[in-house]
Order: sequence, then structure tokens, then C-alpha cells
Amino acid sequence: MHEMALCESVLQIVAETARRHGAVRVKAVRLEIGQLSHVEPDALRFAFDVVTRHSLAQGARLEIEDVAGTAWCMQCAAPVAIARRGDGCPACGSYQLQVTGGDEMRVKDIEID
Amino acid sequence: MCTTCGCGQGETRIEGEHEHEHVMPDGTVYRHVHTHGSDHAHEAHTHFHRHADGTVHEHAHVHDGEHAHDHPAAAHEHEHRHADGTVHSHGHAHDGEHGHSGAHDHHHHENGHAHEDLHYGLGAARAHAPGMSQSRMVEIERDILSQNDAYAARNRELLRERGVFTVNLVSSPGAGKTTLLVKTIDALRQSVPVCVIEGDQQTTMDADRIRATGAPAIQVNTGKGCHLDAAMVGRALDRLAPADGSLLMIENVGNLVCPAAFDLGEAYKVVVLSVTEGEDKPLKYPDMFHAAKLMLLNKIDLLPYLQFDVDRCLAYARRVNPDMAILPVSATTGEGMQTWLEWLVQGVREARADRAESVDALRRRVTELEAQIARLKDC
Repeated sequence: MHEMALCESVLQIVAETARRHGAVRVKAVRLEIGQLSHVEPDALRFAFDVVTRHSLAQGARLEIEDVAGTAWCMQCAAPVAIARRGDGCPACGSYQLQVTGGDEMRVKDIEID
Repeated sequence: MCTTCGCGQGETRIEGEHEHEHVMPDGTVYRHVHTHGSDHAHEAHTHFHRHADGTVHEHAHVHDGEHAHDHPAAAHEHEHRHADGTVHSHGHAHDGEHGHSGAHDHHHHENGHAHEDLHYGLGAARAHAPGMSQSRMVEIERDILSQNDAYAARNRELLRERGVFTVNLVSSPGAGKTTLLVKTIDALRQSVPVCVIEGDQQTTMDADRIRATGAPAIQVNTGKGCHLDAAMVGRALDRLAPADGSLLMIENVGNLVCPAAFDLGEAYKVVVLSVTEGEDKPLKYPDMFHAAKLMLLNKIDLLPYLQFDVDRCLAYARRVNPDMAILPVSATTGEGMQTWLEWLVQGVREARADRAESVDALRRRVTELEAQIARLKDC
């Protein structure tokens, strides 16, 4: 359940920013979550509702933007798409892959009143 | 989450720290710990209160100095959410004692405030025109774990300054981390000072086992938490104060999922997989095996009694992390332990060399500055 801890961090970042901008309410929070990151979006949504209770962000809409996993295949010497860690290269089957994208967990922006 | 200090319910405890309690108006009890003797300023200390009519308001204040919880007459900000959904914010100062018993007696604002009280007027156009939305977008673009990473960077810097080689040991529960640690400490103690931070949800049993070897250890109980984070390790480091040039072993909470995401400031994560677990664990928990620098395949003395395909396990591990080193060991019989100990000693040597280098660099800088001052004096 580290999604709970992640949501606490999200709320901290969001609340801090909202206060700095004199917001009275956070209407929406947009996250960017890579498919290779440590996060399960459904668990994140559940945790977000729990964690934001009684905060400026109570009832805020949570938008999660997926970022596809990408890697560099050493064999093909080319960028390839992968769905999860441990998958082989879709072209040659090699596991000599270096993840290049899709492991991010970021707060992109918020909508405030 | 405790909204008073940000701690989790069922709270983290670090041995030797004083514990205290916040009781919220709804009866929820939060405990948190802190050290005595140092400043106890609760920054960004936020309260939420639920009124009998269901409205909730929130306020923040700063605690100052000792543990007495006296309020400074500082800006004390309140936010109130009224039944109609509107929220307003205002500031005032509390005088004197402010006990945390939950029996807060705050101004109760009746619903039906005049509307001019309800807005800051900081909308997109700083306008109050009826019908015009006050909503606006604020770009943040920050990593969710940026705060943890900041604490981790602080820990890493402190450990680098002291030339401490730090290893974060992760595994599922029962993989044999503590036994491995005890054997490692026994073997190394003559040559390298070792200390340990022990993470478990409850009990000080593991730290007790480590202390029985004579090595200093601090237990961090994460309560309901499923992993150590960098702030907990920072607090434990304050108490443990590892010696210059020593080896620090952090035994994380037994969990192959969450600890992968949390940087503690260690040099490397080392994942322990025992042969009594399935050989497919690296594929089932790829994040952890991907994050690790080294994998110890433990309990290999039990292989004759098990259907464990070592080659397949190693292939799976390499599939997830082609760069990871893998060492088969048995903490019980000592097989493979020598290579593990050499790996640790090499890390200690490098951390010490790195520190010596930065000390030398500082000395050179001081000499340069002194020369510069001398030149200026001559002018």
C-alpha cells in the first residue's frame, strides 16, 4: 500500500502549491504516471480519496495520464516499446534493454479556485 | 494520515525518541515521536476540526520551542468550509496555552457569512465579476517522491562526508536478512565498524539480535507503514551517528514491493532472495530486482531438499536487471559469504577514499583562500 504514502506526498505538493497561490479549493489534480513506475492507478485513486479528506483537495478530480514504457534495445540498437519490466524486446526478444521512459511519477498541474 | 504532523496512523517509532499523542475532535488518536532537548518546532502544522453541523475547518499554526505547545502570537490561519461548499480563510493569533487534547475551542463561524469574506480575489483576472470562474491552472511538474528524494539526498551527503558505505537490504519477510546481517557483522567486526538501522512494523526483536553481536543498532518501527522512507532513516542516523569510515547496513521492512520506490540515501540496494521462495520472484516483483545492484541468493544449503531451479532463477533475475551482480550464499554454512564480505569491504574502501578526496579538496581550497587573503593584505 505504498500508494497511500505516494498520495500523502502528492497532497503535500498540491496543498503547498495551492496555499502559495492563495487557493481556497483544489478542483483537479493531474498526475503523470509511467507504466513502468511503482504505481497501480486504481490503488492510487482509492488512496487519493482517503488522503485528501478534510483537505483543500477534498473532492478534487484526479486525472492520471499514462506514459508508455520505452527502452533502448542493445541488440537492435533502437528504441522499443515495452509494457512492463522483464519483458523482452518486441522485435528481437532480447532482454538487454535499458529503460528510457515510462517510469516517471509526477504531479503535472492542479486546477484551483 | 495524521493531519496534525503528517505522520501515519499507527505511527513510526524510533527507539529512544519520546512519543506523544494528538487526539482529534472525531476521536481519532495519532501518536508521533520526537527527541527531547532539541527544538521542537512543528512547521506547517495543520489542524482540521469538524463541527457539529458537519462543516469542517482547517487551520495551520507554528509551535515554538519546547514541548509545551504554547502558541506564539503568530499568524494563525483558518480555513472554513461551510455547508454550502464555500470556503474562506482568515488569520488570528492565539495567546497562551494550546493543549492538544482535541478540546479546541475555536471561534465558531456561523454559516451565512457575507460573500465578500469568502474570496481572495485572486482569480485568473483578479476579478469578482459574477459568473466569471475563479478557477485557474497551476503548473507544478514535480516528482511525487521529490520530498523523500530531498531527505535521501541529505542522508547521502551526510554519509558521504563521513565516508560511510551504506547498503539497503531488501527482501520478502523470512528471506534471512537478519541472520545474514548477524553473520556479516560477526565476520567483519575486527576490520570494519558496522552499525545497523532495523526496519520492522513492530517489535525491537531484530535490533536486539543485532545488538547482541555488539554492533550499535536502532530499530525503526514503521507502525502500519510498509517501507522505510528517507526521513525515518535521517532521524535514525541522528541517533546512531555512524563512525567515520564505517559500514551502515539498513535492513528494510520485509516487502518486495514498496521499498523499491523509496531512496533512503544508500549507496546500493541489495536484494536477498532465498531458495525457499519461488524462482520466479524476480519476474513477479521486477521493480525491486531492477532497483538492486546486487542479489544474494540465500539459503543455498537447503537446495538438496527443494525443487528450486537456480539457473532459471538467475535467468529471470538477469532478464529484469541485466547489470545486477548475483551471489549464491548460505548465511548458515558460510558458503559464498567470503565474496559478499569482500564486496562490502571494497565498498567501505571506496567510501573512505571518496571522503579522503573531498577532505583533501577542502584543504587545498583553504590553502588557496589563505594565499588569496595574504595577497590582499600585501596590496
